[in-house]
Amino acid sequence: MEPILEIRNVNSFYRIGGSAFSKGRTVQVLKNINLTLYQGEVLGLVGESGSGKSTLAKSILGMTEYEGEIIHHSRRPQMVFQDPYSSLNPAFSIRRIVEEPLIIYGKYNGAERRQRVEEMLAAVGLGPEFHDRKPRELSGGQRQRVSIAAAMIVRPRLVILDEAVSALDVTIQDQILDLLMKLRREYDLTYLFISHDLNVIYQCCDRVIVMKKGEILEENTVDGLFENPRHEYTRQLLRAAE
Amino acid sequence: MLDIKDLRVHFRSEPPGKDAVKGISLHMESGEILGLVGESGSGKTVTAMALSSLLPNARAEITGKITFNGMDVFSATREELRALRGQSISVVFQEPMTSMDPTMRIGPQVEESLTVHGLYTPEERKQRAIQAMRDAELPDPESLYRKYPHELSGGMLQRAMIAAAIICDPVLLICDEPTTALDVTVQEGILNLLKKINREKGTGILFISHNLHVVRKLCTRVAVMCRGEVVETGDVDQVFFHPQQEYTKRLIAAIPTRNRKR
Repeated sequence: MEPILEIRNVNSFYRIGGSAFSKGRTVQVLKNINLTLYQGEVLGLVGESGSGKSTLAKSILGMTEYEGEIIHHSRRPQMVFQDPYSSLNPAFSIRRIVEEPLIIYGKYNGAERRQRVEEMLAAVGLGPEFHDRKPRELSGGQRQRVSIAAAMIVRPRLVILDEAVSALDVTIQDQILDLLMKLRREYDLTYLFISHDLNVIYQCCDRVIVMKKGEILEENTVDGLFENPRHEYTRQLLRAAE
Repeated sequence: MLDIKDLRVHFRSEPPGKDAVKGISLHMESGEILGLVGESGSGKTVTAMALSSLLPNARAEITGKITFNGMDVFSATREELRALRGQSISVVFQEPMTSMDPTMRIGPQVEESLTVHGLYTPEERKQRAIQAMRDAELPDPESLYRKYPHELSGGMLQRAMIAAAIICDPVLLICDEPTTALDVTVQEGILNLLKKINREKGTGILFISHNLHVVRKLCTRVAVMCRGEVVETGDVDQVFFHPQQEYTKRLIAAIPTRNRKR
């Protein structure tokens, strides 16, 4: 198996408080994280709020500072965020939101961009009637389809899904999970799938990592983790998901 | 305790005939935990708001009949309604982060319903607030009393909201998706807390959620709503294992479980 992402001894700190006269307090949010993601797999990442899941995701995308080494073997990794209400520009049309990454990428002309946007929107199941609407005219599930289209339009090989279905109703969640798995097969994607719902992890992932307080508690295949959880915290999570 | 007959809610901004709630009837015994499930837009929250008479008359047209402890809610006077809202019926909302006032300390917010109704002396109110926070299983309530919302985690804030809701010993506690924004392990704790309140104080709970899985852990009976109508009601296990309606079947099938992989 070929690695697509290698994380070596990564530490991350937040500074709390502090002023011109004092340094304040530092809190370590990632503690010596080592992790390899392989091409084509879906790796689940579970843990409670404050466990460092999102900081790890942001470190991978270079959105926050960290110490240590993160080696990418693919270009343009993308992220789909939890909240489809706040992660889309309310002033832009759906078409424009999905086109934006391509404009920034700068490789295609207008006609090529339009064609790609249309193909992408069709792939996420949004017909032409949606293209000129604004985010507020869409339901939560439809907005999440837009977020997914905007992430996939630059043809990444690695996509981080940060609680991408957690804010959705169960029936909509079901459709979005199906969509994500379909796109993964079609575009040969690797997912880092962050979720607090172990049942969703079970359905979608090959391997799982459990994080708590900035550390990796356990790492296993999905079946291994569910059959033989090694930590009390993992057992607690499993009980809550029953 | 609670009897709803042919409740209809129509928002004045919508065209006539397009009702948010289309004539539903529900019944709740005192001390019962009833689950109300459905997707976004099915009318669950609107029903709850109509119950606690939180919908402004200028925006919504409500018809039907709601009887609460023998009182006809729609013909009640202003004073009766005030007493009803703050003391007999309490509501816990989904987002503890946005339903608390960030500029106010936790304590005064917990005791607000007592303050508004002019009950007790300030010192007694404080004691009651601390007791309610203890009932909501918040650690060290004395020091939490003086903290601000941003100093608390989501789970603790939701417990503080519950403390504020139970301080006046309501007969009915309406919980609108109280665990949806929380981590699963924290969610579990809140559900256990609600069960305890129901058991020890006999508080009736109307639990609104889109997640039948969560409803099943807490409720004895469930009503399933779809597009403003109640499509199915019954014992929670009955509905879960032998759903009668196509819609309920779909809702149950959508719950992520460990019997399939994608």
